[in-house]
Amino acid sequence: MNEVLLLVESKGGLLDNKTLELIRGGSDLAKDMGLDASAVVVGHETSSLAESAASYGLTKIYRLEHPLLEGFQPDAWVGALEWLCKQITPRLLIISHSFVGKEVAPRLASRLNVELTADCISLRVDPEDGLLVRSKPIYGGNAIAILKVEGIPQIVTVRKNAFEPMEPVAAKSEVVEMVPSLDESVLRVKSLKTVEEEVVELDKANVVIAGGRGIVEKEDFELLIALGKAMSKAHGNVMIGCSRPVVDKCWMSSDHQVGLTGSMIAPDAYIAVGISGAIQHLVGMIRSKKIITINTDPGCNMFKVSDYGIVADYKDILPALLKKLEERS
Amino acid sequence: MKEPNIIVCAKQIPDPEAPFSNVTVDVENKEVLVDAPDVISPYDENALEAAIRIKEEMGGKITVLSMGRKVSDTVLRKSLAAGADSLILLEDPEFDRLQSQSVGYVLSRAIEKIGEYDLILTGRQAGDWDSGQVGLILGELLGIPSISLARSVKVKDGSVLVEKTVPVGYEVVEADLPAVVTVSNEVGELRYVARTKLLGLLRRPMVIPKWGRKELSLEAEKLKTVGLIELSPPADMRRECVFIEGPTAEDMAGKLFSVFKELR
Repeated sequence: MNEVLLLVESKGGLLDNKTLELIRGGSDLAKDMGLDASAVVVGHETSSLAESAASYGLTKIYRLEHPLLEGFQPDAWVGALEWLCKQITPRLLIISHSFVGKEVAPRLASRLNVELTADCISLRVDPEDGLLVRSKPIYGGNAIAILKVEGIPQIVTVRKNAFEPMEPVAAKSEVVEMVPSLDESVLRVKSLKTVEEEVVELDKANVVIAGGRGIVEKEDFELLIALGKAMSKAHGNVMIGCSRPVVDKCWMSSDHQVGLTGSMIAPDAYIAVGISGAIQHLVGMIRSKKIITINTDPGCNMFKVSDYGIVADYKDILPALLKKLEERS
Repeated sequence: MKEPNIIVCAKQIPDPEAPFSNVTVDVENKEVLVDAPDVISPYDENALEAAIRIKEEMGGKITVLSMGRKVSDTVLRKSLAAGADSLILLEDPEFDRLQSQSVGYVLSRAIEKIGEYDLILTGRQAGDWDSGQVGLILGELLGIPSISLARSVKVKDGSVLVEKTVPVGYEVVEADLPAVVTVSNEVGELRYVARTKLLGLLRRPMVIPKWGRKELSLEAEKLKTVGLIELSPPADMRRECVFIEGPTAEDMAGKLFSVFKELR
């Protein structure tokens, strides 16, 4: 019960940036509590991933190695992590609020009979009782709840950007290879196939043009796409985003969704067309450098967070704007 | 196979799409006050839609479970108007601000009390605390398979077939029934319910079971509250908006074009 443990995630075989953030946050908390900080790598044939995780000043890297841990099968991962936690009883368990973390953490917490606080944006330790003080946005970001929960391990998932990423250090961590006891019977959900789709990565865009509930017809997104094409000549990577109602209508796939349950982005410019500005949307784009809003409702919230606004129908403005861009470029 | 019994867990929350100017943080009483009517949490509506589509194809029965300190059947009756067969309210003063594990515990006891079920559907997360835990915890507590982030759900020969949203696209997964599936908005929005139908349903006398701690024989020490020590308003997001005005769309577009030029 003397460790801070964090879960390593990888992207394309390399350490994910989110994990570097966790290492920083976890190491700082461990120092405050006078504990060691270690990490766990879950998977099959992960020696190079474990080696790279060993370069960030952690005490130990637990490498959970098993053929069933290949890829990401939640049933197997939860089983392996449960097994490890029962072996080493960490005091604190920190996981990214990522695709993997959202799936694994609630189930793991349930098996360890503790309460998870999900999607934390900051963490500190209360010196009085040694419990973790967790800050978490609620009501879409309209309020910040500060919580304390009894139980060991203290378990949280952490939102992207909560900590600065860690830099490598000279000393290497000890890598401990372990084989968790797992067999086929843990796999209650069978993966039949994964279908790769063309996925937009909105966080790579210089400019995002996003449509919302105010877009009247699916075909009107063509206007946004045409504008994006025209702007890309001068502004680099322009991508099309949307708010949740557009995905609910099945007009756009969810990789285009900006907000709490979509992408959280910070482009140079964000152009919101027909988006009223529900808080769940705002938290996803509020870090944009310039925000420009086109909406017919002068009272809508989107204008309150914008740098520039036009109160007008997008059906009038967008074609005129397109014409201007084509004339002058 | 026989017609499936589907349970949909749906939470009543203040409308999450209410403008932020309608939300006040009462720091003293550690409460969020939302000046907007209550609704069914949007992702739970997506779950209900998924359930209704299965019922349309295969028949079966949909039971909606909703839990809270005080649950309003006028909000939840919308689920009956949309196509659910019955509604059970889990209501008790002690169900206020419970931890996710405790919510899972109460729901699991209610589901065991219902007894016969094949599929449990719920939203990927609730639109107030956005924790996204309860569905997965239910799977653990009931000892059944759980699948999250469904964009389509089908029942076939005693198993559930789900297209699950993953970062690279989607994954097709399968599990034996009974199982729990959390549903994402890609499933599609809850079908339109005509106002007259809804009003008719609201007027119709109906016995809606209400189960509390006693009816579910819950252990008091397993009902733990969230441990809120402080509540604060978020950082101010407001910016000074420069409104671009002009006599014609062309004129405004021209001015906006000049703004674009400054972006580079």
